[in-house]
Amino acid sequence: MTDSRAWVATRKGLFELQREAGGAWHIARLSFIAEPVSMVLPPDANGFMLAALNLGHFGVKLHASDDAGQSWREVACPSYPEQPDEPNQPFPWKLNLIWSLERAADGSLWCGTLPGGLFVSRDRGESWQLVESLWKLPQRLEWFGGGYPEPGIHSICPHPQDANDLLIGISCGGVWRTRDGGASWSVHTQGMRADFMPPERADDPNIQDPHRVQRCAAAPDVLWTQHHCGIWRSADHGALWQELKPAPSSFGFAVAAHPTDPQTAWFAPAVKDERRIPVEAALCVTRTRDGGQSFEVLRQGLPQQHCYDLIYRHGLEVGADGRSLLMGSTTGSLWASGDGGDSWQAVSNHLPPIYAVRFG
Amino acid sequence: MARIQFTPQLRRFTDTPELECAAATLAEALAAAFVLNPRLRGYVLDDQGELRPNVAVFVDGRRSQDIHQTLRADSQVFVLQALSGG
Repeated sequence: MTDSRAWVATRKGLFELQREAGGAWHIARLSFIAEPVSMVLPPDANGFMLAALNLGHFGVKLHASDDAGQSWREVACPSYPEQPDEPNQPFPWKLNLIWSLERAADGSLWCGTLPGGLFVSRDRGESWQLVESLWKLPQRLEWFGGGYPEPGIHSICPHPQDANDLLIGISCGGVWRTRDGGASWSVHTQGMRADFMPPERADDPNIQDPHRVQRCAAAPDVLWTQHHCGIWRSADHGALWQELKPAPSSFGFAVAAHPTDPQTAWFAPAVKDERRIPVEAALCVTRTRDGGQSFEVLRQGLPQQHCYDLIYRHGLEVGADGRSLLMGSTTGSLWASGDGGDSWQAVSNHLPPIYAVRFG
Repeated sequence: MARIQFTPQLRRFTDTPELECAAATLAEALAAAFVLNPRLRGYVLDDQGELRPNVAVFVDGRRSQDIHQTLRADSQVFVLQALSGG
């Protein structure tokens, strides 16, 4: 992964950013102008990458590039099979959004969608197969929407070495892991708590709302979750989650896990449910460097008055160097940091609403 | 022969054939167009083969949301884009 190139998926197109020698970012290219791009998978070593479009009128589409975004071609899009005539299906079997795209160690591509289906492609996006073992789980029928009316898979964490080991986060459907390439699944939310449910179901693993799950690439057992009801960290691959309580708020959508330091992660806090804006309309990032025992509040370079930017779950990303950060907002502001979040510089304050930022 | 045309808005995404076909229903007319460009199907129909809610189909001047609607021998079918979004 290169830290000198980044991708910003927005409501009005896909922006490619390049970092100049002095550290400043500039917009190098815009693809899919005026079309909503819900997610991007940055290029591999051969320049192969994917962009997911949500055309609204004309549905969800997937495009591939073989030259790192210089040219694009439409490829097969994940599609749900014919819906059986069963009365208990809570949501139509129709693709509403591609919410996550990841590449596993063996090159297989994984795609998380609304209304909750996981798809895999083992031929570089030429075809996609619904992971039926997950889709046919009886528990899937209890999943419900979080952020959208339908449940969705927003986080896919492939194990960096073991292509059969994959962990996913679902709003609202908990955290699930497969160790056999998707043949079977187990839920891993012990320690999490859902305050939005009746008390007797607060610990129900299947209705937890992890807003975003990220893995430390160098320590794959370490996982971070920005949950609807707080922040949790696991040091044992999700077997047990420990709640963390940073100021000024533990509510938010995004988390960025340091790629090599399992003690470090960043969050973008906001006021909980009632008002989804930065706390006191002043934007900050929180950072822990001791596994969540303490947090620093980082504000330098971020707007501290009348700021109503919200950072969506894919809007905060750290580069492979562990120091480069990008953060994009619903209001179309994009900030960059080159010093681990100590200070931030505005890249633009007038982009379209930002869905995702990614290095690579 | 029924005649089927697609909104020019679709051309920026995929080819939109304009064709005349012996179709007894709207579904058959659409299927004839999808033979010429299989990719077009996903722009007009969803995963379950139903008309996308924001694709507006007019048959002989009237909006149709029934893909099984019968066509006359000389029906005019327009597949258009609903005015929504922003």
